[in-house]
Amino acid sequence: MKIKQSGAAIGLVAVGALLLSACGSDNNTGAQGTSSSMANLSVECGGKATLSAEGSSAQKNAMDIFAKDFQAKCQGQKIAYTKSGSGKGISQFTAKQIDFGGTDSPLSKEKGEVDKAAQRCEGNPAWNLPLVFGPVALAYNVPNLNNLVLNGELAAKVFSGQITKWNDPAIAAANPGASLPDKKIVVIYRSDESGTTENFQTYLKTAAPQAWTKGGGKKFTGGVGEGKESSDGVSSATKSTDGAITYVEWSFAKNAKLGIAKVDTGAGAVELTSASAAKAIDGAQVKGTGNDLVLDLNSIYGTKAAGAYPLLLATYEVVCSKGYDADTAKALKAFLTVAANASASELEAAGYVALPETFKKKLTTAVSAIA
Amino acid sequence: MTGLPEAVISSAEKPTVVRPGDRIFRALTSGAGVFIVVLIAAIGIFLLLRAVPSLQRDNVNFLLSRDWVTNDPANLRFGIIDLLWVTVATSAVALVLATPVALGIALFLTQYAPRRLARSLAYVVDLLAAVPSIIFGLWGIQVLAPTLLPFAEWLNDALGWIPIFALGNVSTGGGGNIFISGVVLAVMILPIITAVSREIFARTPVTHVEGALALGATKWEVVRTTVLPFGKAGFISAAMLGLGRALGETIALTTILSATDSAPNYTIFDGGATFASRIALGSAEFNDNLTVGAYIAAGLVLFLITFAVNALARTVVAGKKEYA
Repeated sequence: MKIKQSGAAIGLVAVGALLLSACGSDNNTGAQGTSSSMANLSVECGGKATLSAEGSSAQKNAMDIFAKDFQAKCQGQKIAYTKSGSGKGISQFTAKQIDFGGTDSPLSKEKGEVDKAAQRCEGNPAWNLPLVFGPVALAYNVPNLNNLVLNGELAAKVFSGQITKWNDPAIAAANPGASLPDKKIVVIYRSDESGTTENFQTYLKTAAPQAWTKGGGKKFTGGVGEGKESSDGVSSATKSTDGAITYVEWSFAKNAKLGIAKVDTGAGAVELTSASAAKAIDGAQVKGTGNDLVLDLNSIYGTKAAGAYPLLLATYEVVCSKGYDADTAKALKAFLTVAANASASELEAAGYVALPETFKKKLTTAVSAIA
Repeated sequence: MTGLPEAVISSAEKPTVVRPGDRIFRALTSGAGVFIVVLIAAIGIFLLLRAVPSLQRDNVNFLLSRDWVTNDPANLRFGIIDLLWVTVATSAVALVLATPVALGIALFLTQYAPRRLARSLAYVVDLLAAVPSIIFGLWGIQVLAPTLLPFAEWLNDALGWIPIFALGNVSTGGGGNIFISGVVLAVMILPIITAVSREIFARTPVTHVEGALALGATKWEVVRTTVLPFGKAGFISAAMLGLGRALGETIALTTILSATDSAPNYTIFDGGATFASRIALGSAEFNDNLTVGAYIAAGLVLFLITFAVNALARTVVAGKKEYA
């Protein structure tokens, strides 16, 4: 069942990776098909031959890129990442079954995860490292409507059924001059439980607390529209339904050639690009202490910075600050360094964004502090 | 039919000799029989044990509620009425479409087709059973749904006054409805029903057929007076086997059906989820035992429905002594 869900996505990434490595092969000869950013990177390889990790399915495609880079950079070393859901990632990590866990939300103190993780790390605190960021697109299918602008409040009203027509005065006010059709808005949502839905609903709650009163979670709670399974399902349903709108990972919206709405956070309409997403990451506040880089999602979702795209899915790797054996620590640090420096164009093709420089520095500082 | 057992009995009236081979074989067969009963009982008990804690914490009526909110284990609200409707409706559409076609194919293969053609055609039908259900799902939503859209819209427009053809709670254009699901399921259960009924029709006693022919029956009359009465019970059995497959089909329907929160209009253009597809949709993030229990409770209902359907079919079959 799980294999199926993102089978298309994996295929896409595989094809994308092949294409990219084919395109980029002339300027990085000798780097074994890795990207140019990788060629100049110095990594201390060695240690454990196979790192094991599991958890969040949202970061699986990014992990595939990291795994490829890691294998190319460090001969004979690899990483096995199983997508099994964030909860499983954390529980397997605290049970010492895997070297690190991937999760959509950081360790929770209330659920006792912080303490359990500290126990697993032999008394040392575990760190949440935000490594994988994926923008979520508000993708729509309205013929001849190219520059739709929405904001948090409009999105909240559309996805909860308070706005039902494309030519609603509220949408028209945000899009002066655009010719909006007198058509029903068909909301398409994810019918399976997903981190994308969870982040999208958190975004709506943060950006438009008055308009979005439907709560959150991994299951869509807007109460309107039609649900489709998997990112592939929602993007193709949007593609085939006139007047449809959905929220979906960027790569799927691009591949289906759907219109992608600009988001107005109060400082003008922002188009979804790698740069605008990176800007939002740059503005993210860390609420964890020291090297525990737990992000304050309000600072991303509620960003008012000009040119920052607010709708991002941030996912973490949960690692021990100390308490690994020397071999594991060495391999883990090598892997995380490679991952933090993964090629921006490959990540973009898979629907993620590369870490901006200042943020990358914070992350690599934390990585090198792992002992 | 009755001559053979008598002959066996009369030859066995000598003092009974039980040889080791008999004992071993008997033990093996009864072992297999007991094993399957134990296995099914174990599945039932597992489902029940896992479902009960969640059912006790369900804040709405499990049988009548339309809610399915399971992400907060402290406030579970789940009911199966919509799942029941979609599951039963998709399977019913599938059965209505598949049984006449399967009957036609089986009769053609056993009564009308030349022997060589029959054999190769049978292989082709059996091949259908080997297609993975995900392929059927993708085919259904991406190829079949757009192709059948004009027909679906015509049903909506021209026959919409019949309640089951009225507009549903999802857009007809999207294709994620009971109608498309039913058509795909019909294709999926076709090989099962065909294969079983073909075997049964082929076993119509030659004496019956020859008797009918000797009385001057035409081919159609032979089929009507000998093949169909002889094979009726078996055909019902075959259809029930197909129905079981349709009720439990997961991936194809997960791919096709559009989920929705609006109340069903009880037409074949409704969307929603079946028991199995709802479980598949939730399975990516099974973290909490109570949440899982809610899904397992749905699975339990499906188990009971399948059980009831089969029991019903057995009673029908038992009524036909030719086959029982």
